[in-house]
Amino acid sequence: MTVRPSATATDGSAGRPNVRIGVVTFPGSLDDRDTQRAIRLAGAEPVPLWHKDRSLGQVDAVVLPGGFSYGDYLRAGSISRFSPVMGTVVERAREGMPVLGICNGFQVLTEAHLLPGAMLGNEHLHFICRDQKLRVENAGTAWTTDYEAGQEIHIPLKNMDGRYVADERTLDMLEAEGRVVFRYAGDDDSTGYPPTEQASPNGSLRRIAGICNAEGNVVGLMPHPEHATDPLVGTGRTDGLPFFTSILRTFVEGAAA
Amino acid sequence: MSRTPSGAGSPGAAPSKLDTVEHAAATPDIEQPWAELGLKKDEYERVREVLGRRPTGAELAMYSVMWSEHCSYKSSKKHLRQFGEKAPHSDALLVGIGENAGVVDIGQGYAVTFKVESHNHPSYVEPYQGAATGVGGIVRDIIAMGARPVAVVDPLRFGAADHPDTKRVLPGVVAGIGGYGNCLGLPNIGGETVFDACYQGNPLVNAGAIGVMRHDDIHLAKASGAGNKVILYGARTGGDGIGGASILASETFDDAKPSKRPAVQVGDPFQEKLLIECTLEAFAEKLVVGMQDLGAAGLSCATSELASNGSGGMRVTLDDVPLRDSTLSPEEILMSESQERMCAVVEPEKVARFLEICDKWDVIATVIGEVTDGDRLEIYWHGEKIVDVDARTVAHEGPVYDRPYRRPQWQDALQADDANALPRAADSAELRAQVLKLVASPNQASKAWITSQYDHFVQGNTVLAQPEDSGMLRVDEETGLGIALATDGNGRYTKLDPYTGAQLALAEAYRNVATTGARPLAVSDCLNFGSPEDPAVMWQFTEAIRGLADACQVLGTPVTGGNVSLYNQTGEAAIHPTPVIAVLGVIDDVARRTPSAFAEEGHQLYLLGETAEEFGGSAWSQVVHDHLGGLPPKVDLERERLLADVLIAASRDGMIAAAHDLSDGGLIQAVTESCLRGGRGARLVVPAGLSASTFLFSESAGRAVVAVPRSEEARFTGMCGARGLPAARIGVVDGDAVEVQGEFSLPLSELRDAYEATIPGLLA
Repeated sequence: MTVRPSATATDGSAGRPNVRIGVVTFPGSLDDRDTQRAIRLAGAEPVPLWHKDRSLGQVDAVVLPGGFSYGDYLRAGSISRFSPVMGTVVERAREGMPVLGICNGFQVLTEAHLLPGAMLGNEHLHFICRDQKLRVENAGTAWTTDYEAGQEIHIPLKNMDGRYVADERTLDMLEAEGRVVFRYAGDDDSTGYPPTEQASPNGSLRRIAGICNAEGNVVGLMPHPEHATDPLVGTGRTDGLPFFTSILRTFVEGAAA
Repeated sequence: MSRTPSGAGSPGAAPSKLDTVEHAAATPDIEQPWAELGLKKDEYERVREVLGRRPTGAELAMYSVMWSEHCSYKSSKKHLRQFGEKAPHSDALLVGIGENAGVVDIGQGYAVTFKVESHNHPSYVEPYQGAATGVGGIVRDIIAMGARPVAVVDPLRFGAADHPDTKRVLPGVVAGIGGYGNCLGLPNIGGETVFDACYQGNPLVNAGAIGVMRHDDIHLAKASGAGNKVILYGARTGGDGIGGASILASETFDDAKPSKRPAVQVGDPFQEKLLIECTLEAFAEKLVVGMQDLGAAGLSCATSELASNGSGGMRVTLDDVPLRDSTLSPEEILMSESQERMCAVVEPEKVARFLEICDKWDVIATVIGEVTDGDRLEIYWHGEKIVDVDARTVAHEGPVYDRPYRRPQWQDALQADDANALPRAADSAELRAQVLKLVASPNQASKAWITSQYDHFVQGNTVLAQPEDSGMLRVDEETGLGIALATDGNGRYTKLDPYTGAQLALAEAYRNVATTGARPLAVSDCLNFGSPEDPAVMWQFTEAIRGLADACQVLGTPVTGGNVSLYNQTGEAAIHPTPVIAVLGVIDDVARRTPSAFAEEGHQLYLLGETAEEFGGSAWSQVVHDHLGGLPPKVDLERERLLADVLIAASRDGMIAAAHDLSDGGLIQAVTESCLRGGRGARLVVPAGLSASTFLFSESAGRAVVAVPRSEEARFTGMCGARGLPAARIGVVDGDAVEVQGEFSLPLSELRDAYEATIPGLLA
């Protein structure tokens, strides 16, 4: 895929493009500041975006962060999808702007029909928080080029409604088109929950943890890469940092080309 | 339902007539339902004396909730004074007892506020909402101080693990704490889960929260400056949580109205998340003169406390309070404990900006009154005055009791039933079986099933979380400055000896903070006891407070605030006296933290402190012999200080790779946990002079086990020797089993199965 940097002002000192990544704050967003930190750690510039604003400013990409937007009392993500900012996000995403939805952001992306399928409550009906092993299935999206296909990584998972479902045809299509980006791999965390039918931590069909759209610019996943970017906090791993360096590389190389 | 004829039993007169101040003065002889509202005869008389007339229905409602045990601390106040009187000098204390929460200086311009509160009774009635609103309440205390909440902890006590009701209460409580805290975006970094039959029917759901702010941002709950506006913001006021007021509701209104409203409030964490953000934004723009959250006693408490802490005068128009239910009476509005509400005092010229911020966050905000000259709190309804009181008499001059207390007669027999006389394992096979039984027992087993329902990662600053000895957070990303918090309490020890038991709880929390490398700074407490009307319970209470205050003096850690929960009993049977102690510590650089996992082969294991034969109240005596008797372990506070100093120095200078405190379950429990966490085994040697049982199971205080890299061994033992701290080499990190030489070997896989299967087996 090709992604054109839209607003690549050059950073004078290094001579490389200053990549600006927007992070939307909905009422009830929780991991917005953490996502901004991860973007900073990767070397890009985080730009806070407010749900009531239609404008995305001069950003090159957008992350929809985790949390419980609008309390998620109705259905996770179902109200946020109608917020002013999402109108623009959907428009720009269809034009090719990279968009990453993490957890609640993934739920918003499915509600906004940028990604197929839907999220139900975890099969065991509990909130689950743990360090989760994933297998990278597609290292070709805007957000995963710094991984290798088949690579196993650990990314914290924390959600109530993380059970990915879609009809068989959609699932087959996702598989056939290589649009399953991450799969839950193994159950090496001892939380005491009974293993679910599909050996995924929440009952997701075909152990799907993350998917992308046909063009590969929109990616959604349930685990939280922003919480695996600093060895000092969280699980102490940095397996999530490549998400943010990938998007940076997409633009840096795009600008160089 | 049938209704009593008008007049008798209603707070005012006939329901159609509003009970105004004027009306109350004119009708001194009307019967009022003071007893139904929980006031004693003499307390009601005192209200009449204070006012010089009978109270109006609304005033009666306010006095009854504000003079309740929960709000007025009338049984405990006399004893709690010791925390102030015996407080050690500390430069760290910026705001002391009496505010919503104490504030501690942690350096670099940062201040931390922390507090633990009980939500025991509601959580038994309705576990999910009871626990959820417990979290909500403590978090509002933190934001009222001007701090950003950064973490929560949850010390919990339930009935027997295998009791059917525990399966009702525990999953609901855990889901409620998770449901609320996760939705607020607060990492849960610590807490405890303890099972004991004494908590059957009286689970203890204590919720703690920590907030961080800059020194300049500390805000106190007071209303001053005549003309300043009183703004109520957050959720609308509904009929939920009108505790003692159900009687008002049932006797004041028509048959058509629902008469009984749930006494347990319903939480809306999304609304609270918005409250956090808009409150902090208003603070950041310096728009706030005073701030108070609405918790117990709702508007009665917020208005009277804000006024009483300020210059005293306030006028409120109750008609302006946004309602969920338009049929609420003024008494109900005053007593409602609807959640997610705050009250701010704002200068007139800043009101517009304050309301704008609330609007940005879609939070309803309404000016309901203003600060006035003088000392009267006046409340109006439909243009008529229904409350006219001196705010101090409501908020701060309630009754104070000096309740009788007496050491119970059974105490001697309990202490004489010496646990040290219990039979030990006869051979190695039995010893091995006892270890497995211990680590698989509900109190010692892994609590991952519970803690995995809590978000530990959100906010991105969690350095350590349960099951580590203390939770640790990074406060400053540039300098690495951090804080640690541990909560501990042992009802079994405290039952055997309340004075010592309270000190042991403090010592353990203090030790847990130091074990992770942080320096203990300050204390908060949540004191859970039975009925103060029972002299035996009152004795336990006074002894525990005395023990705690004395110990804080020696350890140099002041009590910054706390909470008292009394009447935790069913019939005659009180719970074990259970003071839960929270200790806050500071660490200069979180990169220096000490984890509990034994992660590398070859590290030398040292046992710090001295081990005596001390089985009273121990996990071993409970699990193996179902016994509670004798004396709890001895307390040596100077030793605790020394141990803490060594652990902190070792962390700072990189001498140790891991450390774990020794408490319930003794050495073998600590070693098992550290081995399983790191995925490494350990070979242990029983030191000369100790029996294997004492070595493995004794619960002597003032001890920790540390893993020392060989390269640091000489330096570390040299430091212990120079400082006079006993340090015995007891083994090495090695292999994939926990082996006690000459006794037994337990493969990690077998230990892990025992340790991890119990709780899911009982609850999943």
